[in-house]
Amino acid sequence: MTSPQIEIQLIAVVVAIACAIPGVFLVLRKMALISDAISHSILPGIVLGFFITHDLNSPLLILMAAVTGVITVVLVEAIQRTGLVKEDTAIGLVFPALFSIGVILIAKNANDVHLDVDAVLLGELAFAPFDRLIMGGVDVGPKSLWIMGGILISIIALLLLFYKELKVSTFDIGLSSALGISPLVMHYGLMSVSSVTVVGAFDAVGAILVVAMMIAPAATAYLLTSDLKKMLVLSVVFGVFSALAGYWMANLLDASISGSMSTMLGIVFLIVYLFAPQKGLIAVLYRQKQQRTEVSLLTFLLHLNNHTEIEERHINHLQEHINWQKVRSKTVLNLALKNNMIEIENKVVSLTEKGKDFTDLALEYIITNKDEKIEPMKDDFFLFRG
Amino acid sequence: METKFAIQVDDLTVAYNYKPVLWDIDLHVPEGVLMAIVGPNGAGKSTLIKAILGILDPIAGSVSIYGKPYEKQRKLVAYVPQKGSVDWDFPTTALDVVMMGTYGQLGWIKRPGGKEKKASLEALEKVGMLSFKNRQISQLSGGQQQRVFLARALVQNAAIYFMDEPFQGVDATTEIAIINILKELRKAGKTVVVVHHDLQTVPEYFDWVTFLNVKKIATGPVKEIFNDDNLTKTYGINYKVAVNK
Repeated sequence: MTSPQIEIQLIAVVVAIACAIPGVFLVLRKMALISDAISHSILPGIVLGFFITHDLNSPLLILMAAVTGVITVVLVEAIQRTGLVKEDTAIGLVFPALFSIGVILIAKNANDVHLDVDAVLLGELAFAPFDRLIMGGVDVGPKSLWIMGGILISIIALLLLFYKELKVSTFDIGLSSALGISPLVMHYGLMSVSSVTVVGAFDAVGAILVVAMMIAPAATAYLLTSDLKKMLVLSVVFGVFSALAGYWMANLLDASISGSMSTMLGIVFLIVYLFAPQKGLIAVLYRQKQQRTEVSLLTFLLHLNNHTEIEERHINHLQEHINWQKVRSKTVLNLALKNNMIEIENKVVSLTEKGKDFTDLALEYIITNKDEKIEPMKDDFFLFRG
Repeated sequence: METKFAIQVDDLTVAYNYKPVLWDIDLHVPEGVLMAIVGPNGAGKSTLIKAILGILDPIAGSVSIYGKPYEKQRKLVAYVPQKGSVDWDFPTTALDVVMMGTYGQLGWIKRPGGKEKKASLEALEKVGMLSFKNRQISQLSGGQQQRVFLARALVQNAAIYFMDEPFQGVDATTEIAIINILKELRKAGKTVVVVHHDLQTVPEYFDWVTFLNVKKIATGPVKEIFNDDNLTKTYGINYKVAVNK
């Protein structure tokens, strides 16, 4: 690997981590769309900052863009508060307006400088190593690595300091407010951090793809865990993996780096969505099939419980009485036999002790809806896992 | 002699979009009562609690907790919001939710430690949820979720408890378990304020009641003021309910 290659990957990894952390809270707050809005509407901030400083990596430019990001959020909320439109409509009104102001500003004034819409929208990681930070005549590395590194350190510091405040204000606004942990402060804090991150990252991955870096890792992690700390860790892992894998994919295909990284994020999400053990598509389908069988089993057991007459319990009559097809009857019968809930004597089915107990418990649960009754059954049966 | 009021609300008016939802409320709640706030839908019951807790800004009036503004008395107050106000798919466990009750005492930045964890486990035990401590909260039933919320309030170890519809969507066992804990709190000298819907159980559960319908209709001991007259004034004409004497 050449040194620019290493530097590009280093920047990609830092961007991925810096995006993944605020992304988790945006996803949990159901504000994923806000990051999209911010990433677009910071454009006028970037352009104005650029006119003043003539430097795409100036701290002032980042600050101005971050302010525009917060203004976006304020405007969205103000429009929403009128009660005339819903949040998604408000977002859809605000960010194209701000974005278009940015586009016009560029077209009118920036024709002769290095700032074009393509660069802002898509970014170009491959050029990042060319812009060096020189301190006291010494080349200390790519500028964007320093900027994103600084942003990342701030994000980690803020996360460690305010983890509990972020958690409670995300989960329960009412309690948070009553405890004196102002949800408003946390909200705008998170929005400011997200804006700064987007601005810092747009140079590397572009204003559009930065949304993927923020939302996709968090959404993927959410499918796999029910623990906030693990979600943060997984989110970072997915972000870093996709950034590196995306870089090498771009290398291999000779394609856009940021495009490949986002594609990788999408692929990772798709794989997890299909195969996640609890919330994955395959697991859900399997669980639904199991539940159907178990409902059938329960119906069957209740039928046996209700009827003492021999003819109602004859193995050949079950099919016509419960009105099931042959395959289903057989599956259910086998399942009941395997669990020692029924016994078959002279082709007459009857409940065993275990089968009776099970049916009684299930009946009681259905009637009273009391969860504690069926706690011991939850391990064996999907049906009762809620 | 001055009576000691746990909660004192004076001339409180709250409006949404310039439409008053609470109008000129005066409410003095003595220490150590178990009080129900009753009234029809849209009467402003939850709003009253939120305004007392500073979650909503009133357009007029003042609130004091033991004679001082709420902001100075946060540590004396525990709050249980409506169960439906949070996202139960949030990635966290029952124990973790209870631990959130300790955040107020901790203040900003400081993290909960062993002491907070121990208190939270005790609170979970008190509501009969200790064996569910590591369960993801979306895997709990409605009643269990409400118990976790109650445990979170207990861990705040407050003097005043505000609960917004704690009996909504819970089974009878949980309802009895919760009311028993609330009665214990009263016995320990705490003040408990509950937004309540089931008028039939008011005389059995509570010793103090406030009738609310945008304006305050009446407030006082259940024995004295829980009658057809006040019910009719609060809920409209011909409201009939069996009052157990």
